[in-house]
Amino acid sequence: MTDSKEILLEVQQLQKSFGDRIVLNGIDLQVGKGEVIVILGPSGCGKSTFLRCLNGLESVQGGVIQYRGQNLAEGNVDWPEVRQHIGMVFQNYDLFPHMTVIDNILLGPLQVQKRDKNEALQQAEQLLDRVGLLDRKDAYPRQLSGGQKQRIAIVRALCMNPDIILFDEVTASLDPEMVREVLDVILGLANQGMTMIIVTHEMGFAKSVGDRIVFIDQGKICEIATAQQFFTAPATERAQHFLDIFQY
Amino acid sequence: MQNLGIEVLFEGSNMERLLGGLLVTIEISFISIVIGTILGVFMGLLRTLDSKLLKFILRLYLEVFRIIPILVWLYVVYFGFTPLLDINISGEVTSILVFSLWGAAEIGDIVRGALESMPKHQIESSKALGLSNGQIYRYILIPQALRRMLPGSINLATRMIKTTSLVVLIGVIEVVKIGQQIIELGVIKAPTASFWVYGFIFILYFLVCYPLSRLSKRYERKWQN
Repeated sequence: MTDSKEILLEVQQLQKSFGDRIVLNGIDLQVGKGEVIVILGPSGCGKSTFLRCLNGLESVQGGVIQYRGQNLAEGNVDWPEVRQHIGMVFQNYDLFPHMTVIDNILLGPLQVQKRDKNEALQQAEQLLDRVGLLDRKDAYPRQLSGGQKQRIAIVRALCMNPDIILFDEVTASLDPEMVREVLDVILGLANQGMTMIIVTHEMGFAKSVGDRIVFIDQGKICEIATAQQFFTAPATERAQHFLDIFQY
Repeated sequence: MQNLGIEVLFEGSNMERLLGGLLVTIEISFISIVIGTILGVFMGLLRTLDSKLLKFILRLYLEVFRIIPILVWLYVVYFGFTPLLDINISGEVTSILVFSLWGAAEIGDIVRGALESMPKHQIESSKALGLSNGQIYRYILIPQALRRMLPGSINLATRMIKTTSLVVLIGVIEVVKIGQQIIELGVIKAPTASFWVYGFIFILYFLVCYPLSRLSKRYERKWQN
């Protein structure tokens, strides 16, 4: 899927620290259009922070994030504009509790993108149908299961027609039996050529969805490999050790 | 036929006077609630800021109103401050002043609570959708904060309406005082006058406060989340 070679996002020597603590220490990564990148690594290695830097939820201390001809690592970035193209789905069920499902989905398209109501509604319904939740469009988030909420959060991100979607451990707080329904939606997106950067702890899923695996440890990329390569013959000892933990 | 005493309510202009008294009650409450809400919103916002000193002062202010009975406040301002400062304000103005300051303290606490209880991740997911700060306040924070505030604010309003019955004691002629006047006059002719007059006042308070209390219950149920 990287054959097209069109680079959508390029990160160079990204530096991030919280006070004295260095969280990301020189990350380099190119994301091609249509590519699915899965970021793995031990807890606290900085993988979630890395995602959050890409859409400005964290400020960065150095490096370059090249996107659409601008450097997002510099000051004076119009983040509300950029975030319309770099969507994100979080670990917490992050639907707005005072709005129905359809209002949650349409908030961005109507208020931020000022799109035509009918056109946006049509797209929202189409997307809801695709994740099997069209009949819940007038429900409130409290009436939904965790898995349903996450599928809707994905639809909400998709309905902005982003170039890239960032997934930050979206199944980490779900009941195990609901993980599958959410992962299937993401897998469907991958098959349609959506560009995604996914942070997850689901190894099986990482293997089947990822074009490339990026293994981060202690704020640095230790290894970038195809999923096949990474899971069968990781090049570094640290990656091997990390995978061993999941063997049980 | 035996004199029932209920006629006392309709004699002369008694009914008008009672309703006029109710109007004074409602007026004092309403003006105090409006002023208290405006001041309270500011105090609530100030209490979410990082200044420790500001937090302490406003917290102290709230506690002072909670600990000292409103009646004492009315006495202190009406009988204490006015001669001390050599100013002359009416009982009604004193009442509005005390009730507004009390309302501000309580509304401030409600606003602070509503704002502090907003989960941080909702702000992040709004940002991730490209919402500007103004839009986050408009579509996400304020609607939810208002919902969280509403039941508490309505309860406070009913408490304030009921507590205005104390202003009799600084000479304000409101509904209870007018009732007493009517009873004093009518009790010789009709010994049961106080039953009817106070019963009627009971119903008036009920008619004013019950809809508010229902309203707050309804919103509490509707926005249970």
